[in-house]
Amino acid sequence: MEYAIRFVAGGLVVSAFAVLGDMLRPKSFAGLFGAAPSVALATLLLTFWTEGAPYVASEAPAMVCGAIALAACAVVVCQILMRLRWSALAATATALIAWFGVAFGLKYVLLG
Amino acid sequence: MLVHFNIRGLKEGRWSEHAVRFILGGAATVLAGAIASLAGPSTGGLFLAFPAIFCASATLIEKHERKRKQSKGLPGSQRGQQAAALDSAGAAWGSVALATFGVCVWLLAERSPVLSLVTASIVWLVVACAMWWLRRLLRVTHGPRAGQVGLAAGRGPQHQ
Repeated sequence: MEYAIRFVAGGLVVSAFAVLGDMLRPKSFAGLFGAAPSVALATLLLTFWTEGAPYVASEAPAMVCGAIALAACAVVVCQILMRLRWSALAATATALIAWFGVAFGLKYVLLG
Repeated sequence: MLVHFNIRGLKEGRWSEHAVRFILGGAATVLAGAIASLAGPSTGGLFLAFPAIFCASATLIEKHERKRKQSKGLPGSQRGQQAAALDSAGAAWGSVALATFGVCVWLLAERSPVLSLVTASIVWLVVACAMWWLRRLLRVTHGPRAGQVGLAAGRGPQHQ
């Protein structure tokens, strides 16, 4: 049941941010919504409720590592698209490797 | 150019694309919770910034721009790639704001859950706006690069 609530809450928050991003102009501003804290908001709201504040506080430093990895992933996508002329699907799929590498690397170095 | 809303943007997407985003968002939220349960909060926390939505958005933007050009009898693949690249650059700057969101939650979570999420959301919005402004400032300073001239001049139908 908890996962069903998570699914609906996450879907709603992500959709709300996506609709905002679709409507905002210029598109260079709307691009910022590609890194909106939509999944984080839905997840943390439910985690506060189910696990409590100390658990959320211990998730947050890892989230910062994940955000830095997202920046690396987005830069890799941008470079692949502009320099190698791959499709967006191929570029984003390849850049996920960068996200995993940077995220887990930073977690290992900074958080142990 | 001032930031503004354009309701026409909603009509560009199909219902199936909105459904895909809903399912991806739900799946990413379930994934973050499940990994935190299995591997602990320090691993689960990483997935609060998992780029599932970013990847889907970049792919959809490329498709929309390509179709727009193809409807005018042009190939459109290059414009689609440029539009997706511009969106990716925006997401890279937006990641700084996402990191500040995480720092706010980290510092405030144990004081007040509601306050931490509200403060973190406001800080995210302020930092995201500041990043957009900084990005524009840096682009004006260095001038438009080759290949971005059409977009920077506003000839890109959506992306500037």
